[in-house]
Amino acid sequence: MAELNTGGKKATPRVDMTPMVDLMFLLVTFFILTTSLSTPQAMDIVKPDKEDKLPENRLELKASKTMTILLGKKDKVAWYMGEAGKSAPTIESVSQIDKAIIANRKTADASGVSGDFVVLVKPTSGSTFSNFVDIMDDLEILKVKVRQIDDENILDNEKQAMKEQGIL
Amino acid sequence: MPRAKVKRTSTVTDMTAMCDVAALLLTFFILTATAKQPEPLAVQTPSSTYEFKVPAENNAILTIGQGKVFLDIAGNKVKGRTLELMGEQYGVKFTPQELERFSVISTFGVPFGDIKKFIGMSSEERMKKGTQNGIPTDSVDNQLNSWVLNARKANAEVNSVQMRVSIKADGKEEYPVIKKIIDVLQKQKVNKFLLVTNAEAKQK
Repeated sequence: MAELNTGGKKATPRVDMTPMVDLMFLLVTFFILTTSLSTPQAMDIVKPDKEDKLPENRLELKASKTMTILLGKKDKVAWYMGEAGKSAPTIESVSQIDKAIIANRKTADASGVSGDFVVLVKPTSGSTFSNFVDIMDDLEILKVKVRQIDDENILDNEKQAMKEQGIL
Repeated sequence: MPRAKVKRTSTVTDMTAMCDVAALLLTFFILTATAKQPEPLAVQTPSSTYEFKVPAENNAILTIGQGKVFLDIAGNKVKGRTLELMGEQYGVKFTPQELERFSVISTFGVPFGDIKKFIGMSSEERMKKGTQNGIPTDSVDNQLNSWVLNARKANAEVNSVQMRVSIKADGKEEYPVIKKIIDVLQKQKVNKFLLVTNAEAKQK
């Protein structure tokens, strides 16, 4: 039998690596993107101590510089300035609250009363966790330094006002 | 004079070196990437613009969703020690094998009475629906309170640093559910929390 003639020419041992390199870089890109994007972020939250009721730890709030935000159902909030019951709360959606905070801070700063602008956040039973995070995030973005979370003392007239608006 | 010969270079480049580099990078990223642990309770965290990474150490993550609460304690040593302390409190003895097995389980949510059975399960059995129904938080037998307290003790022993508590809750979860868990923590005088959120681009 005749020997198989391969043509006498030696085949080059070279392999085209281009597709392999393409695939490699695709995988590399994938891993780079997935590793850096999956790290979760965290938000620092401090709640008032429940046991600590010492009078020296009490913070005096100025009515004209205090804004109370009540978180209610259906992604709605009710906010008012000063003391509860004196003025009817304004109902707004969570995404619009930052404008109200800016406006209120402006009038509070212009009032000439000493002290910081304070925001009290009161999440009620109808609100969701994401509403709460959104509000805290807004306060951080707007650099409201003094903010308090209060989910214990939701006053009766606050509840009443929210019920009337159907957000509690 | 003879003319200078113009050398024709071939257009085929040798890709071997490039391939090597790509393979090296790929290996590096595969090895450094932390495999996503299968979670018994999937939650959709809300997003925020905060830029603070969830600490990988000295941290306990409470996952809240569908009214249930699950716990994950960072650090295998701390986790093992926590189980030991829990055993002391409830009068249950654990073998070193059980402690070791438990220390590699990430997020869990079973009542303490079932923990031995839970440790004995394979990881597929653990992920089965209905196996993990959350850590009991009712006031009669508040096991979450004991878990967090013992985890804090264990962390202080092992790493001699205070442990932080993170809350990873579903965005749609109602606030009272979150409040119930936070109240448990506040009873232990833990007043600072980390809320786990997704990164969101800052609007300027």
